[in-house]
Amino acid sequence: MLKQIEGSRAVAEAVALCRPEVICAYPISPQTHIVEALGAMVKGGELQDCEFVNVESEFAAMSVAIGASATGARAYTATASQGLLFMAEAVYNAAGLGLPIVMTIANRAIGAPINIWNDHSDAMALRDAGWLQLFAETNQEAIDLHIQAFRLAEELSLPVMVCMDGFILTHAFERVDIPTQKQVDAFLPTYAPRQMLDPAEPVSIGAMVGPEAFSEVRYLAHAKQLQALSLIPEFAAEFAEIFGRDSGGLVRSYRCEGAETIVVAMGSVLGTIKDVVDEMRDLGVSIGALAIKAFRPFPLTEIRAALQEAKRVVILEKSLAVGIGGILSTNVRMALSHLNIHGYTVIAGLGGRAITKASLHRLFAEAHAERLEHLTFLDLDQGLVERVLERERSMRRSGPIAESILRDLGVVAARL
Amino acid sequence: MAFQAIKFYQTGTFTVGNRLLDPEQRSVQADMARTNALNSGHRACQGCGEALGARYAIDAAMEAADGQLIAVNATGCLEVFSTPYPETSWQIPWIHSLFGNAAAVATGVAAALKVKQQKKVRVVAQGGDGGTTDIGFGCLSGMFERNDDVLYICYDNEGYMNTGGQRSSATPPAARTATTPVVGGSPGNVFGQGKNLPEIAMAHGIPYVATATVADLRDLEAKVRRAMEIQGARYIHILVPCPLGWGTASHDTIRMARLAKETGLFPVFEAEWGELTSRLTIRRKTPVEEYLKPQKRFAHLFQPLPELAIVARLQALADRNIRKYGLVEGGAS
Repeated sequence: MLKQIEGSRAVAEAVALCRPEVICAYPISPQTHIVEALGAMVKGGELQDCEFVNVESEFAAMSVAIGASATGARAYTATASQGLLFMAEAVYNAAGLGLPIVMTIANRAIGAPINIWNDHSDAMALRDAGWLQLFAETNQEAIDLHIQAFRLAEELSLPVMVCMDGFILTHAFERVDIPTQKQVDAFLPTYAPRQMLDPAEPVSIGAMVGPEAFSEVRYLAHAKQLQALSLIPEFAAEFAEIFGRDSGGLVRSYRCEGAETIVVAMGSVLGTIKDVVDEMRDLGVSIGALAIKAFRPFPLTEIRAALQEAKRVVILEKSLAVGIGGILSTNVRMALSHLNIHGYTVIAGLGGRAITKASLHRLFAEAHAERLEHLTFLDLDQGLVERVLERERSMRRSGPIAESILRDLGVVAARL
Repeated sequence: MAFQAIKFYQTGTFTVGNRLLDPEQRSVQADMARTNALNSGHRACQGCGEALGARYAIDAAMEAADGQLIAVNATGCLEVFSTPYPETSWQIPWIHSLFGNAAAVATGVAAALKVKQQKKVRVVAQGGDGGTTDIGFGCLSGMFERNDDVLYICYDNEGYMNTGGQRSSATPPAARTATTPVVGGSPGNVFGQGKNLPEIAMAHGIPYVATATVADLRDLEAKVRRAMEIQGARYIHILVPCPLGWGTASHDTIRMARLAKETGLFPVFEAEWGELTSRLTIRRKTPVEEYLKPQKRFAHLFQPLPELAIVARLQALADRNIRKYGLVEGGAS
């Protein structure tokens, strides 16, 4: 059914269609509207046979989900940014225990300085926690990925994060097709746990494992993620059959045929990138784009196949590994080992900075002309950075960095 | 059936032979059908108070729940000694997630059972004092205030014994731990710190709070039974002496627990909806020295010179408990 609704509301409706049994909620922007909507559905009786638990922290949210999932319930929560880091220990634990929890990440920057706006630092910080990580490009895809996420999680007995850009997607009102309950039921079978706390058949879950078997346990986690590399496209194909549209998968190419330059990215920024690719193609530039839909497991083979004919690859990512540069790009470059392809890392959109078509035009043109640095920070105010560095050189008590920068920019009121 | 009143002085302890009691009064452990929830063969130290407390508490809970019980365990001694790979001592469904989240995981178990309408299956969460009063306190408080249907049992050995005996917020003043060493002007743990978790639990207004010790296992069993009759958040705080951490003889575990109660240092009581409903009175008031002296963690109070002022401060804490909880028959309550 077509609806013009907010991204968060759309995700809430999709999650509700998946018949979750325990939902744990703790507020953090920009995720909050999702659990608010689900809470109202439970209280209003629209979503039945579901316990909605208002917890006291994100750490508790994930812990409640762990308990519920281990007791055989379909468990869901949502978080972002500081919340994801606050629950980090439990995030690893859920994966280690093999519990198929689904969690929405409304991607947001991590402080300090505190910043509520979008980038991918949060999901990237927990990329190796053992969860599958799927990135949505649009609100429609966010809906569809949640439905696929429950299926994947329960098939593999592994937790899945569905990452959607905070505010850009979560707070955007746009037309989406909300599936019917019949469609979702046809795609997503009832949860049949591999392990369960059941008095009729007692098991110990979460026992200590020492050096004699720990490597094997970790290897099994890796092997399961490799299984996901074939399950993700399989389920995406099945999804397309039932729901009538393509969503998800591992990677998706856009106008890459014969492209000399291919731009690689994740999430909503691909919309802008595709527009710029179209405009540059119209001007005769040989350029395309590659969307990475699954970041964990990382589809090395598919990425290599999609990029191997290109002369250069521009990896545009909303995250920064301080002290080295890119995270996505480091992963992509692994897929390009021994290929003679120039790789450019572009850090963009940190803390919600707009990634404009104008900036992308300039960036891609420079890359296409091989004039780009190998690590570029899109639209960085170099003068501002230099002034802060100069202040630090010239005085010992240079003050809080964020405050100095804002004062320099004239954003805050002058001191009285 | 002839009834014979038991006089406790007949044995010199509170341990009463089961054969002297009516069948329904006998310990769960005397029952052929006991569940051995925490089975033999685990790797607890000799004289471990926690293993004893857990066995009695969980078997009593199992009996009360008619075998329909799920246990959630915080990280700690109990978790480590009961489940070293590839063995487990647990004969019941059991999950260990993290150090600080046992109460929240139990909330999740309870929520799942509720949604699945498995009304007969009950949930117990358990942890040591570190996992309860310190790192797990946030999740515990959340579980309390939501009044989730969980019985949380804290096995309090007054420190982080699994990691080598460091101070927790349940460590008593003056006690030597690995992080409150006997050096400097005020040896051992400082006075005026720490938290009283049973009282904090009561302040949440939850339906049931009780304290117990492994010196009086009948009392412990009765409290578990009472807790299992109630729906909602319940809390039982059990003092479990730790021979290793306290520096006591393995055969003195029960004696130390009894002395903690008899001195007034560990008040044993029950509370419902935040109000005190019962307390175990002191049978023979004992000066704190008798409790402190056998423990190496308090050895610095007696040698090379007796630290009379510090012992007097500990006695004052005991006397305060006695006044506050009315622990001496005929005294103020």
